[in-house]
Amino acid sequence: MKKHEQDLIAPEQYELHAAPAYDFSMNRRKFFSVLGSGVAVAFTASNSLGAALTDTSTAPEDQVNAWIHIGEKGNITVYTGKAEVGQNIRTSLAQIVAEELMVPVDRISMVMGDTALTPYDRGTLGSRSIPYMGPQLRKAAATARELLVNMATEQWKADRASLAVADGVVKNIKTGESIAYGGLTKGKELLKPVDDNVQVTPVDRWQVAGTSVPKVNGVSFVTGKHQYVSDMKLPGMLYGKILRAPAYGASLVSVDVSAAKKMKDVTVVHDGDFVGVAAPSPHAAGEALKAIKAEWKTTPQPSRGEIFDYLKQKSGQANGRDSNVKGDVDNAYASADIKIAQTFYIDYIAHAPLEPRAGLAEWKDDKLTVWTGTQRPFGVQEDLQQVFHIPKENIRVIQPDTGSGYGGKHTGEAGIEAARLARDAQKPVKVVWTREEEFTWAYFRPAGVIEVKAGATKDGIVTSWEFHNYNSGGSGIETPYNVASKKIQFHPVDSPLRQGSYRGLAATANVFARESVMNDLAIELKMDPLTFRLKNLTEQRMKDVLEAAAKAFGWNNMKPAQGHGFGIACGTEKGSFVATCAEVAIDNESKEVKVIRAVTAFECGAIINPTHLENQIQGSVIQGLGGALFERIDFKEGKILNPAFSRYRVPRFSDVPIVETVMLNRKDLPSVGAGETPILGIAPAVRNAIANATGKKLYTLPLAPNGVEV
Amino acid sequence: MELLINNKKYTVEPHQDESLLSVLRHQLDLTGSKYGCGEGACGACTVLINGTAVRSCMTKAESAAGKNITTIEGLEKNGKLHPVQQAFLKVDVFQCSYCASGMIMSAVSLLEKNPKPSTQDIMRSMQGNICRCGTHPRIVKAIQEASKV
Repeated sequence: MKKHEQDLIAPEQYELHAAPAYDFSMNRRKFFSVLGSGVAVAFTASNSLGAALTDTSTAPEDQVNAWIHIGEKGNITVYTGKAEVGQNIRTSLAQIVAEELMVPVDRISMVMGDTALTPYDRGTLGSRSIPYMGPQLRKAAATARELLVNMATEQWKADRASLAVADGVVKNIKTGESIAYGGLTKGKELLKPVDDNVQVTPVDRWQVAGTSVPKVNGVSFVTGKHQYVSDMKLPGMLYGKILRAPAYGASLVSVDVSAAKKMKDVTVVHDGDFVGVAAPSPHAAGEALKAIKAEWKTTPQPSRGEIFDYLKQKSGQANGRDSNVKGDVDNAYASADIKIAQTFYIDYIAHAPLEPRAGLAEWKDDKLTVWTGTQRPFGVQEDLQQVFHIPKENIRVIQPDTGSGYGGKHTGEAGIEAARLARDAQKPVKVVWTREEEFTWAYFRPAGVIEVKAGATKDGIVTSWEFHNYNSGGSGIETPYNVASKKIQFHPVDSPLRQGSYRGLAATANVFARESVMNDLAIELKMDPLTFRLKNLTEQRMKDVLEAAAKAFGWNNMKPAQGHGFGIACGTEKGSFVATCAEVAIDNESKEVKVIRAVTAFECGAIINPTHLENQIQGSVIQGLGGALFERIDFKEGKILNPAFSRYRVPRFSDVPIVETVMLNRKDLPSVGAGETPILGIAPAVRNAIANATGKKLYTLPLAPNGVEV
Repeated sequence: MELLINNKKYTVEPHQDESLLSVLRHQLDLTGSKYGCGEGACGACTVLINGTAVRSCMTKAESAAGKNITTIEGLEKNGKLHPVQQAFLKVDVFQCSYCASGMIMSAVSLLEKNPKPSTQDIMRSMQGNICRCGTHPRIVKAIQEASKV
């Protein structure tokens, strides 16, 4: 792991790192080869797997050639282990490289998320691509540019100061000589270390970065030509299906696969708790799966109705994790003029990426290639190594641009399952999860219980802040407001449902609870909620987004119409800042909450791509509306009761309000990620707007799956 | 059995009750139409049958025999993108794009029946298509853009 990668594993992160569910025995041949030779033979992935463009995987990460290759014709290939899952990072990173190499962005092709071709990467998560991969590629590209100029200087025996670079060509201003990049490299590797102190293009001189470059490969998506993993097909490929347990916590007692095994061209695998089939068509695989008789033993599992008591009871009641204590919070609370003590309840929700999990696996001798839609291709490689007991060098994981993740695809289940089936079938196997499988066996945003006790002076100064989060996680748990006495703790729980990362992680829950309480304190104080927030903040960047959102919304000069309400909320995570103002209306008849308008101000340093940033902000707000208003996983005795889009409501066109964005471009600050934080403001802003409209203060996420009784 | 897809005849052998989506994807390698839910609730599999948007995951392949089926692969004519595809590109709509084919097919169907839809018309007509990335405002804008052509 690189040093810069280590630095960014924030202690409050609660990213899923669940071990794979399977542990498969070695196959016989492998078993003998290990025993027989006594030495595992390692070889580089690129020459073993073929199709390698260039051997970047073995280039040290501090070398330019690990990241960038310039072909003889001037075509530029960039290698990064990051995954494109819809955040349009392929475009933003290409812009950053194009800027430093001074070429148009279409000269660049990005090789991403391929363990054989790209440098190691811990995963596409935590909004880290822009703040960490961005500077890495920027420095590599700038170093490459300087190398090219040096090469031209030597070749022409010229004065370096008289050389200039433009459009992929080095020119000698004095002599008029010019040479293209490809002519300098002749396609050879740039074997020089990345210069940490190289001069990069200052933000105010950006020409490609900072502009609205359209989505790279856009045509392949609007024509249906892009091949997601679920679309891929290899010669002789079989379709795999897996026998699933009837409920969480169930174990296989007995299984009879004899009838399935007799079916034509069907491969059946029974290995521990793993039972799966592969057949030449999905239909045949489905028939084979139906022919399997299995007996399961279930164990008592909590249901949704008791989940909050369960989480509270099962949590370590001690000091919890990430404990932050300052001053004497009990005393401060006791002596506060205004007090609020409130408990919030957060349901499990599903990411429900429109492309369910998919994996395609092919073995050639002892070497395995897996194509899978994951945010952690290198993580899946490690999982496969662990599950199959084979050297990592024999495993290549490739992640084609994927049908979204939102933090929900940190794992590689379908790829592992496909690989297990393919090993016995001795043919490539593809496993595509059904929607029901995706809703049931992927992982959820954690449910949680949050207890808050807050006190303020009658002048509107927050003096005490006690905040306990049970299970949902520590992200965004810290308060950005100035408080003399505080106690903030996260209490982990062993969740009954499989849970993990979500967009913004637990910050969606923590910011919701905090901003609700801040709103209610302002109501108690009869203060304007914006004024109250500003009064208790010193962080200028937070104040800036609050004021920008309020201004664009018209917070100070508009009154809500009858039956309507306004709400405001703010949050910060991963170095960026968000504030959202929302207007809601309650339908007189259905009591349904309709969000009329949402204005979100966001600041993430210097903006790399304004149109894609706007798209991320709008998308976060709209996705966030689902978790705010109606999304929740219902479950009983370990069974998911609503594993379908017809029973799990997600935002649709009719739910979409007027979504306005204000992007604060801080060219003086480093660019940070934008795929997560913009989701934080919408739920509490809507909640506070409902309180404003109806006087009704809600304490649950989702807020109003069945409307609000007024 | 014969299917007429994108003005081309294909001979296929669907098993009993096999969906049109399954035939398109697994037998004919026309993978532009996507699987998203298998219950007609997300719209990712949308194709046109005789010009009308239908969910191919809920349509039996057999029932489409003798009809004019258009998939996302059939929109491009003589190397030129359909105006709806052009508008979606121009507005730079998508994030993950997995819903793109279904959105575009639904939009094509809408505009064929209602060339100048209001925003309300668009929202109502696209209600059955899910975009989890939340690009809805851009989809509406792209359809409005296409309606001007």
